[in-house]
Amino acid sequence: MNNEHIHRPYARVEAVVIGVSAGGLDALSVLLEGFPTDYGLPLIVVQHIPEGVASQLAVIFDRKLALRVKEANDKMPIESGCLYFAPPGYHLLVETNRHFSLSIDPRVHFSRPAIDALFESAADTWGPALAGVLLTGANADGAAGLRHIAEQGGLALVQDPAEAQVDTMPRSALALFTPHHVLPLAGLRELLLQLDC
Amino acid sequence: MAEPVLEIELKLLIEAIYLRYSYDFRDYAMASMKRRVVQAVRALECHSVSELQGRVLHEPDTFMAVLQYLTIPVSEMFRDPEYYRALREQVVPLLRTYPSLNIWIAGCSTGEEVYSMAILLEEEGLLSRAHIYATDINPRSLEKARQGVYATDSVRLFTENYQRSGGKHSFSDYYTAAYDAVLMDKRLRERVTFADHSLATDSVFAETQFISCRNVLIYFNRGLQDRAVGLFHESLGHRGFLGLGSKESLDFGQHAGAFEPIARAERIFRKR
Repeated sequence: MNNEHIHRPYARVEAVVIGVSAGGLDALSVLLEGFPTDYGLPLIVVQHIPEGVASQLAVIFDRKLALRVKEANDKMPIESGCLYFAPPGYHLLVETNRHFSLSIDPRVHFSRPAIDALFESAADTWGPALAGVLLTGANADGAAGLRHIAEQGGLALVQDPAEAQVDTMPRSALALFTPHHVLPLAGLRELLLQLDC
Repeated sequence: MAEPVLEIELKLLIEAIYLRYSYDFRDYAMASMKRRVVQAVRALECHSVSELQGRVLHEPDTFMAVLQYLTIPVSEMFRDPEYYRALREQVVPLLRTYPSLNIWIAGCSTGEEVYSMAILLEEEGLLSRAHIYATDINPRSLEKARQGVYATDSVRLFTENYQRSGGKHSFSDYYTAAYDAVLMDKRLRERVTFADHSLATDSVFAETQFISCRNVLIYFNRGLQDRAVGLFHESLGHRGFLGLGSKESLDFGQHAGAFEPIARAERIFRKR
């Protein structure tokens, strides 16, 4: 992938969804470090985590980042400049009125929350105005969801598997379709920052 | 921009189901409904939601098959053990003061929560004076709940949950094992009435002291959540208790002011 593609005019992006599994804590720290408090888009993350234990993700990233950080709740309205994490044990979905909803439907790729569930419902809501980012991870969750984002006209971004702590997840996406960009975290970070202008 | 075809098809299917079978999914949260409908379309080998709609309208058996996808039962005994622990510690002492108890488990699915509650009440000496109403909209789930047969595979999780919930005996006291399944002790359902009831279309049927409705409201939109909580409010007697799923809240609903939290993290509320 070639850097000049980054500057092609996108449809105005209104939301970013991010899927990550093994190696996620480090990857997200690099990706989101220094994002300004007035970042103009919501950032919605599914990080695979064990069910049945309270998640510390929102607390950890709230300390690290300038962004507002919340664990997403059922029927919560989605706000710009806020980083949301899916709660453990629940799928996180986006309703077309741009509120979250939760479900305890069966696991997808052994995961609940599943990246596919978030990505697919977000793509149905924002269409071309969505960017999806798939990072390091040890399973195939997120690949179909990211393809769905691209099919709806949204921007599909994948972490360079050569850099990913575990490359199964990025490689699964690449095996399924050709995303718009395959970049290391630093490049993905620049791109996400550019989307807000 | 015109609405995507799938969205239109989804609305039409839901309307068709309502008109033909009186099952009302119109105020369900649509993101989950869509995933479930798409799964049903695949499983029943239809090419589109519209094709499925035609079959649903003309074939009651197909509707019953689709209903299994629209009301996917996902449950386990003593799910969220801390909920049951909080019930034992904070609700049971107050329930003891009633000479008789009506308990409503709304959206009981295949019955895991019903048996969990019956075990808890039995261990606290309350089962003999309790009546449990276990309701759901899916007749097949209700039948499974009535039978009380569960896969042996799930018993390990149930046992772990039971122990973490503050269980006083051994979980194996409550079932008999046979091949790949366990049968729950029928004593546990002697005080249970299983019944078809819809939070979307039916009204209150009894005065209750405690209602447990877990991970049902997340599938509803705001309006239907308000309707359901309204029913609970109407059904609960003076200072009755309401237990919800661990990610459900009353905060932004119409009835927020009508309840007070008594175990905030475990989502147990009391009527003001």
